[in-house]
Amino acid sequence: MRLSLVVFTAALVAGCSCFQPRQVTPALFIVIPSAADGHVGAIVVHRGAESRVIDTAYGSQRLRSDGTLERATLDERDVRSRFADLIAALPGTPASFTLYFLEGSDELTTQSRTELDNIFAELKRRPLPDIVVIGHSDTVGGDAYNDQLSLARARRMREMLIGLGIPAERIEAAGRGKRELLVPTEDNVPEPRNRRVEINVR
Amino acid sequence: MRKTWIMAAVLAVAAPAMAADVGLIKVSKGDVRIERAGAKVPATVGAAVQPSDVIVTGTDGLAGITFTDNSLVSLGPNSVFSIDKYRFDSTTHQGEFESSLTRGRLAAISGKMVKQSPEAMKVRTPSAIMGVRGTEFIVQVD
Repeated sequence: MRLSLVVFTAALVAGCSCFQPRQVTPALFIVIPSAADGHVGAIVVHRGAESRVIDTAYGSQRLRSDGTLERATLDERDVRSRFADLIAALPGTPASFTLYFLEGSDELTTQSRTELDNIFAELKRRPLPDIVVIGHSDTVGGDAYNDQLSLARARRMREMLIGLGIPAERIEAAGRGKRELLVPTEDNVPEPRNRRVEINVR
Repeated sequence: MRKTWIMAAVLAVAAPAMAADVGLIKVSKGDVRIERAGAKVPATVGAAVQPSDVIVTGTDGLAGITFTDNSLVSLGPNSVFSIDKYRFDSTTHQGEFESSLTRGRLAAISGKMVKQSPEAMKVRTPSAIMGVRGTEFIVQVD
């Protein structure tokens, strides 16, 4: 009796999965070349155990209502016109400015000092600036020292921007230490171009 | 009583995370709103986006959002976009950005966390998951 109930239940469950189509919501995934530099990246579509990489311009995967994935290369003009509003609504590409510092210090070099006015004017021109200041150092000294120095540089620049009238809550400061050298060098090499802040504005 | 305690603990843990802004509405046309903890907030230009927000556009809606890692996302009309998880460390560039597009269309340009660790950014649709290795892409849910 008990066994037959189990068999019956199993049959019912099996029946369900055989005769009822799976509920799949169709979707379309497309890789588009970068508007800024034409670079083509890659995305991966995972569906159950299956993974499909799309890494060509206007390459796409369509997930159909039967659960299968279909690969296709779409027409550039068709994609650009069908998704014109969507692509146009992507916020403006962020801008970045770089200023340089004296060795072991949060004082700007003389030349960077003269460039400040132009950068400040450009930042003020943006209606709703959202700014991240990132400080960097050269490879002289240890990690902890350079993390601290790079953060001090970023904070100093943040204060200058606040002084310019940009609301404090719109400006973030971070230090990257010697992790992101502009000019790759060995350790313990003084390099003026690595002692810098990046001002990233969105 | 016990439930109250659990609720209090959950709120205490959740509150600081909720306060962190992870993005900003930069483009807002037509009907665009943010659903946050059961309330509807108008998504005007300059409005902050927080983790767990759901951004909803109406038939004439278009939205453009910047995130703290420089990811850019735009939403077309009749879209529902949820931020399921967002974390970004501006020093190490480690992070994760998991979102869901339940309906509609989105275009996106990935940011710094994807450059640091491929597939740190994911977009879920009701029946698939997409991992982003870089940089520009479109997703449409039919």
